[in-house]
Amino acid sequence: MDLIFEGILKAFHLLFTLDAEVLNITLLSLRVSGTATFLSLLIGISIGTAVALSQFPGRKLVVSLINTGMGLPPVVVGLFVTIFLWRNGPLGFLEILYTPTAMILAQAVIATPIVMGITLAAIQALPKNLRLQILALGATRLQMVWILVKEAKLPLLAGVMAGFGGVISEVGASIMVGGNIKGYSRVLTTATVMETSRGNFDVAIALSIILLLLAYFINLVLTHIQQRERPR
Amino acid sequence: MKQKKAIHAVLAGLAVILALVAWSPAQAQQKNIILSTTTSTQDSGLLDVLIPIFEKKTGYFVKTIAVGSGQAMAMGQKGEADVLLVHSPAAEKKFVAEGYGVNRRIIMHNDFVVVGPAEDPAKIRETKVAVEAFKKIASAGTLFLSRGDKSGTHSKELSIWKAAGMKPEGQKWYQQTGLGMGQTLNVASEKKGYTLTDRGTYLALKKRLSLDILTEGDAILLNVYHVIEVNPAKWPKVNAAGGRAFADFMVSKEVKDIVKTFGMEKFGSPLFFPDAGKKEGDLGK
Repeated sequence: MDLIFEGILKAFHLLFTLDAEVLNITLLSLRVSGTATFLSLLIGISIGTAVALSQFPGRKLVVSLINTGMGLPPVVVGLFVTIFLWRNGPLGFLEILYTPTAMILAQAVIATPIVMGITLAAIQALPKNLRLQILALGATRLQMVWILVKEAKLPLLAGVMAGFGGVISEVGASIMVGGNIKGYSRVLTTATVMETSRGNFDVAIALSIILLLLAYFINLVLTHIQQRERPR
Repeated sequence: MKQKKAIHAVLAGLAVILALVAWSPAQAQQKNIILSTTTSTQDSGLLDVLIPIFEKKTGYFVKTIAVGSGQAMAMGQKGEADVLLVHSPAAEKKFVAEGYGVNRRIIMHNDFVVVGPAEDPAKIRETKVAVEAFKKIASAGTLFLSRGDKSGTHSKELSIWKAAGMKPEGQKWYQQTGLGMGQTLNVASEKKGYTLTDRGTYLALKKRLSLDILTEGDAILLNVYHVIEVNPAKWPKVNAAGGRAFADFMVSKEVKDIVKTFGMEKFGSPLFFPDAGKKEGDLGK
């Protein structure tokens, strides 16, 4: 118990003295996971909506694959992204292994199926007649899709939170493709792992608390947007 | 129609990814060095002191990837690292003999110690000989925690078992954690087991552990760190100049002086002893 108390004290100490290293680690976590979530939204919502609104042979297979992807283990993603990005690997020419860019890439791969799966379910849950109604009122197809996405705002924002929550908290992929390099690709989760193995449990607890606070505030903002106007 | 739009959306997404990838900080490739190292140099904090000095001096950017010595050499074998800092002499010699590495130079040493619960159920405290201690642990059947991860410490442990003429794998009292040194020490402490550890990591974690040093000072327990440059002849993408610069830095007098006193303040004794320029055979004499 003493240890947890020490950790909490340390967390507040680091926060209030604005420790430069911790601040940079926190900002990098936010930047990497934020960008990755943004990318996953672009891909996830567009493909998710497209699959939800169309009929094609093998659709069930595609949907089941997307749903399986929602549970993609970060460490597996990390392993494959690492192998692809190796100097002598297929994407080695990009020279981005052990950079924040590689971490964004890996995290986007993790978050995309989560957003896609939730989008799929959200759009499909809308009443079928709504589509016909919108089209009957003279909307173009693009306008229809836009209205549907807006209509599904509540579950879609839940998707954003799930995607962001998934990547800000993962460590397996980040440590493999980022390398946990001091002042460059070290994020809150990888720093926590390292401090634990260094026996600095108080710092590790402090970093965990900062991570939880960060996740809480991001979700607070998203929840605020989500609940701002209740859907009819 | 719909599908066309979906395809457009996907293409737009991909374009954004590519843009991001291209926008990634394009540091000149030759300025990056990938240093693949054993965990003890990072976990002890030594590299946090040395690397900023090197970077400031040379303008190189060092990407330290802390893994076990085994994995570090595997990375070198694939040309995915430029320079290695490792402590697994037998494997290192093989690595160099097979042409994957060049210019293997000694940096420093410390030693391994056998640690265990203070009650010492296997009664190894009396012995100064590591092989004897291991035999006693085996015959008492008390829990022994092995790293089991092909790290330098793990291969040292295996060589001691071999010298004792035993094959502990599969025995009930022999468990492999597959974790780093720090975490393995935590497991040993919690489960009241014995384990082999480098002294540096043990000292760094000592205050949280209920483990005592029981056997130390045997010549077989010497722990030597070497720097090896990855052979650019095997892998043209290796940053040979950068690797060489780092290796040269590691054997410089400046590093020697830092290593000599590193850890004094925090642990009361140095964690490593600098050996640059010495021969491996002369250590421990």
